[in-house]
Amino acid sequence: MGLKLQQSQHHHSVAVKVNEQMGTKRGYTFIQSNRAWLPKFLLLWVVVMAFISAWIYKKMDADSKVRREEVLITMCDQRARVLQDQFRVSVNHVHALAILVSTFHYYKNPSAIDQETFAEYTARTAFERPLLSGVAYAERVVHSEREKFERQHGWTIKTMEREASPIRDEYAPVIFSQETVSYIESLDMMSGEEDRENILRSRATGKAVLTSPFRLLGSHHLGVVLTFPVYKSKLPTRPTVEERIEATAGYLGGAFDVESLVENLLGQLAGNQAILVNVYDVTNSSDPMIMYGHQNQDGDLALVHESKLDFGDPSRKHQMICRYHQKAPTSWTALTTAFLFFVICLLVGYILYGAAMHIVKVEDDFHEMQELKVRAEAADVAKSQFLATVSHEIRTPMNGILGMLALLLDTDLSSTQRDYALTAQVCGKALITLINEVLDRAKIEAGKLELETVPFNIRSIFDDVLSLFSEKSRNKGLELAVFVSDNVPEMVIGDPGRFRQIITNLVGNSVKFTERGHIFVKAHLAENTKPMTEAKPENHFNGGLDEGMLISGAGHFKTLSGYEAADERNSWDYFKHLVLEEELRYDASINMAIADEASRGVTLMVSVEDTGIGIPLIAQDRVFMPFMQADSSTSRNYGGTGIGLSITKCLVELMGGHISFISRPQVGSTFSFTTVFERCKKASYNDTKKPVAEDLPSGFRGLKAIVVDGKPVRAAVTRYHLKRLGILVEFANSVKIAASECGKNGSSCGSKIQPDIILVEKDLWLSGEDGGLSLRMFDGKQNGHVFKLPKLILLATNITNVELEKAKVAGFADTVIMKPMRATMVAACLQQVLGIGKKRQPGKHMLNRSPILQGLLCGKKILVVDDNLVNRRVAAGALKKFGAAVECAESGKAALKLLQLPHCFDACFMDIQMPEMDGFEATRRIRMMESQANEQMNGSIDEDSASKGEWHVPILAMTADVFLATYDECLKCGMDGYVSKPFEEENLYQAVAKFLKSNPILGS
Amino acid sequence: MDLVQLQRQLVEYRTSLYHEGFLDEQYTQLQELQDENNPDFVVEVVSLFFEDSERLLNELTKALEQQSIDFKRVDAHVHQLKGSSSSIGAQRVQKVCIAFRNYCEEQNVEGCLKCLQQVRHEYSLVKTKLESMFQLEQQILSAGGSIPM
Repeated sequence: MGLKLQQSQHHHSVAVKVNEQMGTKRGYTFIQSNRAWLPKFLLLWVVVMAFISAWIYKKMDADSKVRREEVLITMCDQRARVLQDQFRVSVNHVHALAILVSTFHYYKNPSAIDQETFAEYTARTAFERPLLSGVAYAERVVHSEREKFERQHGWTIKTMEREASPIRDEYAPVIFSQETVSYIESLDMMSGEEDRENILRSRATGKAVLTSPFRLLGSHHLGVVLTFPVYKSKLPTRPTVEERIEATAGYLGGAFDVESLVENLLGQLAGNQAILVNVYDVTNSSDPMIMYGHQNQDGDLALVHESKLDFGDPSRKHQMICRYHQKAPTSWTALTTAFLFFVICLLVGYILYGAAMHIVKVEDDFHEMQELKVRAEAADVAKSQFLATVSHEIRTPMNGILGMLALLLDTDLSSTQRDYALTAQVCGKALITLINEVLDRAKIEAGKLELETVPFNIRSIFDDVLSLFSEKSRNKGLELAVFVSDNVPEMVIGDPGRFRQIITNLVGNSVKFTERGHIFVKAHLAENTKPMTEAKPENHFNGGLDEGMLISGAGHFKTLSGYEAADERNSWDYFKHLVLEEELRYDASINMAIADEASRGVTLMVSVEDTGIGIPLIAQDRVFMPFMQADSSTSRNYGGTGIGLSITKCLVELMGGHISFISRPQVGSTFSFTTVFERCKKASYNDTKKPVAEDLPSGFRGLKAIVVDGKPVRAAVTRYHLKRLGILVEFANSVKIAASECGKNGSSCGSKIQPDIILVEKDLWLSGEDGGLSLRMFDGKQNGHVFKLPKLILLATNITNVELEKAKVAGFADTVIMKPMRATMVAACLQQVLGIGKKRQPGKHMLNRSPILQGLLCGKKILVVDDNLVNRRVAAGALKKFGAAVECAESGKAALKLLQLPHCFDACFMDIQMPEMDGFEATRRIRMMESQANEQMNGSIDEDSASKGEWHVPILAMTADVFLATYDECLKCGMDGYVSKPFEEENLYQAVAKFLKSNPILGS
Repeated sequence: MDLVQLQRQLVEYRTSLYHEGFLDEQYTQLQELQDENNPDFVVEVVSLFFEDSERLLNELTKALEQQSIDFKRVDAHVHQLKGSSSSIGAQRVQKVCIAFRNYCEEQNVEGCLKCLQQVRHEYSLVKTKLESMFQLEQQILSAGGSIPM
């Protein structure tokens, strides 16, 4: 119980460890640990991306605005420059005109210019002054010269209002004018406020001057007037203002019709429609006067550019103000770019989020799976515990049954009754082994199955298996037979339990799926058949069938029962080769066997042939898969789980062989497998042969028998069993032949081949009605003789009462042997018939291993360590029974004291749970002690240690716990094995046999 | 006739013991260990068991009467009892011991006391049964018969 607890704690700690691992794994994944933050991360991402796209939008928008402004500036400046240039050109031209007037009007005498010339000249040069609507020349006339002037020209000086000019200091009447402005001729320019100021300013500076904008006389357009002074005489290089005024002869003026002219000018430039241009006179900065453009402030007020205009008059300042017609359009590019960026980022964010969520989900699933795995493993542990418990519970009542059977066997029974009782006992034992096998299945699954290596008798294993199924096969009317080739060694070393399990599985399957015909188990050495199988495959698979058909005819095949089998290898055509060869090589094989001692491996080939329903072709490739039956109806009809074959395959492979099958639906299946056993060593063979060899009575040696059987395979099987009893066998095809042979021999040669027994197959006897007759004849002949009567025995698979009666009448008074035949059963029958041998020793069968154990343990000195007095006594008693000298110790400490080196114990059985020092601890200390001693020994006497081996007393744990974990722990602390407590003979034997083999001290 | 009847009675009695679960296969094993060299093996071991068990039961009673119970010690005693009972195949005693140890592990005083009661009960039962069986065997032996296995 304590161990169980420890174990469960162990499991618990495993689970905890797994959890820890999971925990650390959980810690490593960043996403998993921040799963709650994921939506927030997403939101944050979206917000940040929104900000970034807004910023992008702003930046692009600002860029486009700057570009717009630059365009505006460029356009505005261009316009201003063009306007300015044109203006300058016009001004220069007016300047030129002024020089022209001064040259031709004043320096020439008489004047070379009159109104006509001036008008024509100015008209023809008007293209040079596109900005000027017209030019005119006004002469400076002082008041004193007014009359003279008026007389000379024939008109009076008029004011702007076209009235006769009032008296002033001086006048500036227009004398020459371009035709476009001819209406101003004779008007006094000094009468207009603007003009007068202009005139005064221009003659003082000697440069062109401009008026502020005003409505022009003719067109009523806004305009400015340009005035240029014309000097009479050449001026000094640096003239003063007085000198200039003095020298002034007149003024040349031109009117700029700014409005229309600028309109024309701008119309020629590109982008006219886009921008709005205003030109201002800003001489008086507080009150700018508009020269061109609309006063009302429409258009885009946000973006305005001012360009300075220099029209060549330093006293006047002009500027051009440009702005766009329309407000700045929304920047679609920026908007789209920003929006697309946002959308892409949103998608990227969503994808990342989705991926993260997926990772979280996958990891969750993973953890869930891990948890489930842990739980499943726990369930597996629970399962094996359950199996252990249940099997224990079943074992107890089974012991009752076996006990009662043992009692029954003790009573006086007829041979049949004895056979039944023995069969029941064997079956009961098989059930217990089966339960153990169920336990072993868990071991196979865990890969922890260990094969035994003990000597055993192959033939008796086959007999046992057959007896298991004898009842079933009899009920079904099946022929069940086994044949083991002679060259198969009697004893081999291997795992009898597993071997039996394999055969039981295969035969069990065959019995289950066969309704008629036979089941034939055949074993031979694989080496023998190799050349033949290689030489004859075509025959089997191609020609074999036809041949069989031809020879046997009418559906009779030369198989055991006459039914067709899937694999022809067991049919007589093939089988006789084996038998013949065996006979030929009989002597050789003995020699060979001796020669082969060195090569210790024996490869056994076993085939189990049936004539059942076969395996459907579709299902053939999944036959060895666990829980797979041919189809679902199979389990309905025949029961079973379908796990048997998979276990069988595992076991065969563990034994170093392989399994295969040939199956034909509705014909039958043949499963064949190979296993590798060790040959029994000569020495151990001699030691163990007697106790382990099947106890077949030797009283039949030298007897002669005639087997009457038409079917050679079946006859060979019968002979095989008889041969094992030491009986010489002859064949006869019919009763007649047997009788004649017997008679001939009996009469002429006397004792030569006088048969003691005649075995007749039931179907042969029944088929020939003459059989009965000839039997009588046979009897008669015998009666006439002095020799003892040969015993007549009928061989039958099943027999009805009527047939039995008939048989008795026919002369088979002696007995009927019910098949399947087994050597022991045949022996029992013959004993009854011939009266040879005595009743078998009761109980001997049950303890058939005791002698070996005795051999192993006899004279050995064994230490039993257990704190429990009763346990100690029982263990000691059990060991003593097998001849061991037992000493006891009641604690680990006492054991340590007894095992101080050197000691003479051959083995130590150690209880695990003891107070103070438990078995594990004690073992550890013992091993430590031994290793120290070994080191010293190795140091001092090399040869001795090499030959004698080292100190290593085999320590076997005694435990009530049957779990593997305990076993592992035992091995870990240096124990050699364990026996279950309370002792079971089988178990004890296994444990002891193991360390006996591996330990030279015990072996010597 | 009398002897045969006695023998039958013994077999039936023993079977009933197995059947009712007082004994298990271990007892059979024990019987198998008895032979000519060791004719009284079973009786010897069983009486050892009786002595040991009585000692342990007393110890247990004492241990459980204490104010502060040393469960470790109790557990050790129960383990002993379990071991010896399983060695002679006194199955029912062994089973109660298993339950007992579970209570010990839980440190369940009430459960322990209950189990002690049960163990005592089972022990006295098996003791009576075994003793009467031995008596039967003695009778058979004194009548000159052999004990059927």
